[in-house]
Amino acid sequence: MNLDLRIPIGLMFTVDGILLVGFGLVSDEAIYARSLGTNVNLWWGLVLLAFGLGMLVPAIRPSRRPPTQGP
Amino acid sequence: MRLIQLGAIDYTILIVYFAFVIGIGWALRRFVRSSEDFFLSGRSIPSWIAGLAFLSANLGAQEVIGMAASGAKYGMMTSHFYWVGAIPAMVFVGIFMMPFYYGSRARSVPEYLRLRFDEKTRGLNAITFAVMTVFSSGISMYALAKLLELVLGWNFHTSVILSAIIVLAYIFLGGLTSAIYNEVLQFFLIVLGFLPLVLLGLKDVGGWSGLKAKLVPVATSAGYAPDAWSHSWRNLGSASANPMGVEWFGMVMGLGFVLSFGYWCTDFLVIQRAMAAESMTAARRTPIFAAIPKMLFPGLVILPGMIAIALHTSRGGLLPVGRDGTPNYNLAVPVLLAHYLPSGLLGLGLTALMASFMSGMAGNVTAFNTVWTYDIYQSYIRPGQSDRHYLRMGHTATVFGIAFSVAAAYATTRFNNIMDMLQLVFAFVNAPLFATFLLGMFWRRATGHGAFFGLLIGTAAAAIHHGLTLPRGAVAGLKGAFLGATFHVYPSEMAQNFWTAIVAWTACLLATIVISLATARDKSDEELGGLVYSLTPRIADDALVWYKRPAALGVVALGLTLVLNIIFW
Repeated sequence: MNLDLRIPIGLMFTVDGILLVGFGLVSDEAIYARSLGTNVNLWWGLVLLAFGLGMLVPAIRPSRRPPTQGP
Repeated sequence: MRLIQLGAIDYTILIVYFAFVIGIGWALRRFVRSSEDFFLSGRSIPSWIAGLAFLSANLGAQEVIGMAASGAKYGMMTSHFYWVGAIPAMVFVGIFMMPFYYGSRARSVPEYLRLRFDEKTRGLNAITFAVMTVFSSGISMYALAKLLELVLGWNFHTSVILSAIIVLAYIFLGGLTSAIYNEVLQFFLIVLGFLPLVLLGLKDVGGWSGLKAKLVPVATSAGYAPDAWSHSWRNLGSASANPMGVEWFGMVMGLGFVLSFGYWCTDFLVIQRAMAAESMTAARRTPIFAAIPKMLFPGLVILPGMIAIALHTSRGGLLPVGRDGTPNYNLAVPVLLAHYLPSGLLGLGLTALMASFMSGMAGNVTAFNTVWTYDIYQSYIRPGQSDRHYLRMGHTATVFGIAFSVAAAYATTRFNNIMDMLQLVFAFVNAPLFATFLLGMFWRRATGHGAFFGLLIGTAAAAIHHGLTLPRGAVAGLKGAFLGATFHVYPSEMAQNFWTAIVAWTACLLATIVISLATARDKSDEELGGLVYSLTPRIADDALVWYKRPAALGVVALGLTLVLNIIFW
């Protein structure tokens, strides 16, 4: 197969991570009462971002192929 | 009741997911040139991808919702579905059975039965399997749409049609490869989407020790020992000591051996993922790679149910309660999503639920279109056509397989009883299967007549056993005793199901042996090479480093599972 699966997976979690971190930074603190006072969007967004980049970076670095195969 | 309100961020995450699954199908479409590419991914999938897909195809929404429900209803004993059921069976299929599935170059499980036994055994298995996959994907589609209607207020029809179209799009474009690649994406999404829920829940109840303490009143108020919800083995001595109503023998033999081996070792839905692997070693490693994350899944899918019932009891009414006073266990996961996750992560959790549903449905659809095209269409309807013809048929089968699933989902809304009855019939058909495969792979004397009639007798035995027994407190009908008499009353429905499976398996085993000995051998030793254990050269893995050898990995997986059983005994 010519599609490296790490690229779409990495991209999706990077996008989701950025979305959650961004939302976590701007959202009203009051909504975090239910998550026991933790800004879970910010923290879990960082986890997703780290996972996404961890998949993405090794997949695109050694090859000359540009990462355009993901959607 | 609308449990969950979604915001713009939640919809954005859901839409990002939809875009990626369809995008993967789109990116893979140009690699589908032959029917082998479409149905078997051209046998080119590395084992880590095949392994995660193997896991994910089984991890449908019904598993996520159902295992949490069981966790709430029965507690830690639900882990037996994993640590006694799934893991040993997955290791067994990888080490002992995959050499025959993969080595015979069969393109499906029914096709293996034709190579090993005969045409009629294949036909029986292919047709029942095709019907069952379509109905089970319809039933899970129905369950998901009902759930979304209940918790989100989404329109039932929109949910059914939208999910059907998305799954259709990515399978139609990229075939099995697309289903498998998406299953891996879905696997990570399910794990990363549900994990925050578990972590927050555990933090809230005070960790594992806090949870155990909160489960004590759950157990004592139901009349069991205080630790009944927090141990897996301790209360299995007698059926009356635990909420499942099962004793250790029924558990190990019925669930662990007959049902789990029957599912993991013969169900084409999962076996297809391993058959798509790039080499024999990769195929054998597929279920074993899958076993390692699988053994941690109780933490992801059972624990939320246990947390939900603990909070329900200690804080008063977290779960909605039905008219008869029992909590609605099936809502454990959605209720916790709504309880703990703020907008943002809520969208991720909901997307994970959708992903689990789609991976299960895609598993059914890809297994259906392959069995339909190779084992029914090519064998009985239009043999001898060009490969292009069968590839086109695969695309068509994907469309009508999904159309049938949608029809089954709607049928369920109208005739709930018929669906319950069908599921019961499927259980009768599945229960004896493992005996047939075991004899086929390990006893060269087993014949086609023996296999075919053994299966029918096993199915009949299941129906008769079910028809003559009842779970306690049930009325005669679908729950049993439909043959007019009740010879035995089981403490629970689960105990009755486990024993139905044991009876069916034993009947099939004995009948196949007796009939095989009474009929002439229909295949010579040469014809059975590569199909039967004693006539197939051993595979030498000595050239591989130990951690790449299937057998060594299998021992590691079993050892870790044993440790988990001991920790939570």
